[in-house]
Amino acid sequence: MEAATWTEKKTMTRKERTGRFFRNAVRSRWLYAMSLPFVVWVFIFHYLPLWGWTMAFQRYRPGRPFFEQEWVGLEHFRALFRDELFYQVLRNTLAMSVMGLVAGFVVPIFFALMLNEIRLMFYKRFVQTVSYLPHFVSWVVVAGIVTKMLSTDGGPVNELLVGLGILDEPYPFMAKGKLFWIIVTLADVWKETGWNAIIYLAAISGIGPELYEAARVDGANRIQQMWHITLPGIRTTIIVLLIMSIGHLISIGFEKQFLLGNNLVREYSQVLDLYALNYGLGMGRFSFGTAINIFNSVVSVILLLAANGIFKRVTKESIM
Amino acid sequence: MGNRLLRSSTVSDRLFDAFVYAYAAFVLVITLYPFLHVAAISLNDSIDTVRGGITIYPRKFTLKNYEMIFSYQHLGTGFRNSALRTLIGTVLGVISSSMLAYTLSRKDFQGRRFVSVFLALTMYVSGGLIPFFLLIRELHLINTFAVYILPGIVSAFNVFVVRSFIDGLPYALQESAKIDGANDFTIYWRIILPLTKPALATIALFVAVGHWNSWFDTYLFNSQAEHLTTLQYELMKVLQSTQSNVDYRARNMNEVMAHISPESVKMAITMVVTLPILFVYPFLQRYFVKGMTLGAVKS
Repeated sequence: MEAATWTEKKTMTRKERTGRFFRNAVRSRWLYAMSLPFVVWVFIFHYLPLWGWTMAFQRYRPGRPFFEQEWVGLEHFRALFRDELFYQVLRNTLAMSVMGLVAGFVVPIFFALMLNEIRLMFYKRFVQTVSYLPHFVSWVVVAGIVTKMLSTDGGPVNELLVGLGILDEPYPFMAKGKLFWIIVTLADVWKETGWNAIIYLAAISGIGPELYEAARVDGANRIQQMWHITLPGIRTTIIVLLIMSIGHLISIGFEKQFLLGNNLVREYSQVLDLYALNYGLGMGRFSFGTAINIFNSVVSVILLLAANGIFKRVTKESIM
Repeated sequence: MGNRLLRSSTVSDRLFDAFVYAYAAFVLVITLYPFLHVAAISLNDSIDTVRGGITIYPRKFTLKNYEMIFSYQHLGTGFRNSALRTLIGTVLGVISSSMLAYTLSRKDFQGRRFVSVFLALTMYVSGGLIPFFLLIRELHLINTFAVYILPGIVSAFNVFVVRSFIDGLPYALQESAKIDGANDFTIYWRIILPLTKPALATIALFVAVGHWNSWFDTYLFNSQAEHLTTLQYELMKVLQSTQSNVDYRARNMNEVMAHISPESVKMAITMVVTLPILFVYPFLQRYFVKGMTLGAVKS
């Protein structure tokens, strides 16, 4: 049918085509009525901010009409790349996103594999339900819990370590900059492992039982079955998700860092978005802050395109 | 099942089993312990808590901490606003996602491709915090309740979750309704909406949790308007007033004392903020598991 309408279209004059378009539009007026308002919505809240990118090339002063703004070219980007703090912030962002990416991949896959091996169904279901719990809790609460668990006065982790004689006195985990990246990564793992495992478990349940039968006949033990059947069985799922997360690598957000950080660990906790918030918005330097946002977005898109390119090579499929 | 367990007779298999069960138990403990610890402290006498050593049950049981919460004047306001934004935001989010998803699932809709790409792009490109902040200011949404609702009405991810669900429904249902003379809106309202309930339950949960848990929009846009505060924002302010943070935020010791609320009260507030979610999510489990899988396959 598609092909037929296409050849028809080709032989039509422009007038006929416009007529057809409008007849079609009238016929699907309800569909337009149900989608256009939301398209306008998306345009306002998702596309209009992109227009704001022009600010990064101006010395933006609020309240002035667009054409009366002073254009300064790449001055703000030069200022950004000269700022020593920028490199510290970029290091923190990259470090925490790479750690988050690796841990956020390895741990849920491991968790899904382990869960799949539990034969007591009620136990498996209970563990799984409990594992979703932290995903639904806000970062405000999780940050509060992490701070509480690691606190020096009465924090369970310190009490345990002192009780076991591993530490002589409580250790101020939250005040050590060097530990901040690890704490953020572990907090993320604690919060999202169960949730992220959902997709892997779904993929595992799609593997045919005859494969396991065959392996058992060949004398494969459980670990071998897991390694040679389950893991290769979810390979595609892993690759797709990996590439999707690479696109989001640098835009890791700032909630965790904002809520878990404090002045003592600032050198390790500040990420690009917080930097834009504190040194752009907080100080009224809108143009400078926008330059940071643009850098962030552009790097994200480049990473996504690169990841998609590699993915295409590997699997001859595109995710976009 | 017991038979299967017995049959896995090799030593390595039995060791493996032991490891798997121990690992699962470990996950259970590290996930549940912190919540039980918080609950125990919230139910423990606040002065007794300072002595330390509370594990997962209260040593000196009391409900005083929960009574204390009522003296935090902003908490009631925060609760009202959080509940209101969750309710309104969820209803509007479900309507927008399902309507858009329906139009995108109609293969005879001309705008289909354009709208799909237009939406999908928003998942990857964003203008960033500062242009967004200025937009909100231009629209005069600072210090308004509307800023909680308006920006988030349409979510591309949710639209695609519902769309892949609708794609799985038999098209013949729509065809026959059409022959009976139903217009597209009637088809959406009478046929699509009732049939997509599982998908809608999933995104309703996503949207509701997102609204209930958000605090940053209050911090950024409405921190000057006390009557617009939200529960998470109030909790954030209370929790962030810990020793290490207060050290640089407060100027003298009196101020520190004024800002620090007893540990037990903090934990009681944490419980109040968390409990509604704990009661809801296990019942929606089968929906969101399905929804997550659908969303991942399509997007």
